[in-house]
Amino acid sequence: MGYTITEKILMAHTDLKEIAPGRLINARVDIALGNDITAPIAIREFRAAGGKKVFDRDRVALVLDHFTPNKDINSAQQCKTVREFAVEHGITHFYEGGQVGVEHALLPEKGIVLPGDLVIGADSHTCTYGALGAFATGVGSTDLAAVLLTGELWFKVPESIKFVVYGKPQKWVSGKDLILHIIGRIGVDGALYSAMEFTGETIRALPMADRLSMANMAIEAGAKNGIFPPDEITREYVKPRAKRPYAFYTSDPDAVYAQTIEIDASRLEPQVAFPHLPSNVRAISQAGEVKIDQSLIGSCTNGRIEDLRVAAGILKGRKAAPHVRLIVVPATPFIYRQALQEGLLEIFMDAGAVISPPSCGACLGGHMGILAEGEKSVATTNRNFVGRMGHPRSEVYLAGTAVAAASAVLGRIASPDEI
Amino acid sequence: MILKGKIWKFGDNIDTDAIIPARYLNTSDPAELARHCMEDADPAFMTRMTPGDIIVGGENFGCGSSREHAPIAIKAAGISCVVAKSFARIFYRNAFNMGLPIFESRDLADAIAEGAKITLDSAQGSITVEGQNQTFSISPIPPFMEQLIADGGLMKHIAGK
Repeated sequence: MGYTITEKILMAHTDLKEIAPGRLINARVDIALGNDITAPIAIREFRAAGGKKVFDRDRVALVLDHFTPNKDINSAQQCKTVREFAVEHGITHFYEGGQVGVEHALLPEKGIVLPGDLVIGADSHTCTYGALGAFATGVGSTDLAAVLLTGELWFKVPESIKFVVYGKPQKWVSGKDLILHIIGRIGVDGALYSAMEFTGETIRALPMADRLSMANMAIEAGAKNGIFPPDEITREYVKPRAKRPYAFYTSDPDAVYAQTIEIDASRLEPQVAFPHLPSNVRAISQAGEVKIDQSLIGSCTNGRIEDLRVAAGILKGRKAAPHVRLIVVPATPFIYRQALQEGLLEIFMDAGAVISPPSCGACLGGHMGILAEGEKSVATTNRNFVGRMGHPRSEVYLAGTAVAAASAVLGRIASPDEI
Repeated sequence: MILKGKIWKFGDNIDTDAIIPARYLNTSDPAELARHCMEDADPAFMTRMTPGDIIVGGENFGCGSSREHAPIAIKAAGISCVVAKSFARIFYRNAFNMGLPIFESRDLADAIAEGAKITLDSAQGSITVEGQNQTFSISPIPPFMEQLIADGGLMKHIAGK
């Protein structure tokens, strides 16, 4: 019997000769990630367990991206804790200040995570790296501490759900719209404990930026990981970035899936997830009249240069509607510089946007874009839970970049076709 | 382990932003996190609950972020355990790794009212409700998870190896 890509990668990181869904395994970890929120607890646990040396200083990534630039004294203390640990252990991949980017945009961009890797991160959106054909999953801080100490972690081998996507997407329909549609279809626990494997002709043609957006939100369906079979698009993305060997795994033709779900991408409109669940999805034509106070373009889901180009295309020569706060967050310093050189930042400034430094702050209601009571924001982010971006009685509407840009101009949730 | 307590009912998909909102994540101090436990699901929760109480949730309890601050806040608040129809996977791992007892019961949540007093016997795999004859079963905990609990969490489990 054949194996799925997820099973193959997991097995390759053990000494086992066979593997099956449900089995508990101990596997070697290639890259372990922590940030300024989750790493301090891991560091505390690491030290409490008598940790003196991390398992491999080249395989740990510490990224101070959540409450940075430091939002208050406590946040500064947390960053200080992580910085001192990084210096003490000579951590190779430590990012802060002008080097920091939103972790899940930064690690693929820098070639730190690669196809065939087993990656764990004390951040739920670690599943993003599945876009590269890696097994990547979010864990807690104690898990991270265990990996810092031993380089290994326990996993339950997940069942896989295969998504076969076919048909040519309409204009404005992006990977974000595909994944919102899928979550709307299967629910926020529709893939609980499972691997979501994305295949089909639409996926094969999908650019890497869209794949990263899709894998990023696998967790919003409860999945353990999202994964794309690596191909020429993967190779093109990875080749100039990789500084160590990597491996392409693909599923066997007779691999076993718990479920196969087919999706006709040609019939989809841009999607919007209404409050307060990412599964509460409607087509843009069914959105109705929702006035907005803010439009946030950025995050680990949609803060890449491709997103900024889409946004600039819609915002060029236009302005955000009166009293709508438009916030653009290039996800990494490299993307920021690209946007600067391509003239995108000028377009955003002319449109009345605030251009934020790379940070997760606004997306998780940390800082730099908080909502007041009763306010509504359309956002290219990944979560719209109660209180996610501010006051418990504020609302977040999740959408792709084109909808977020068009909505900023029209002051209500709108299709880019209306521009 | 036998746990007795008054229950607080919550619905499906209680996410980690509801359990401990991100605005409080500028600290990992358990006592400080506990002050805001469940705040965005029930702002008065911490003024009404008493230590030893039990949280009963629906499907997918603890979905969303990987923040271990969520089980830390619940444990530090004095909640003795969480019983839900199902748990989101990172929350599930975190709870076992850091020592918050959690149990899956498909039927309990729909059959009892807020404020009911229950007795949970993990060895027997059963829950009884004060003043009711019915007994509810809890899903058996996988042996590895039992070992984690017996060892006092993941770090102590590793140290013991």
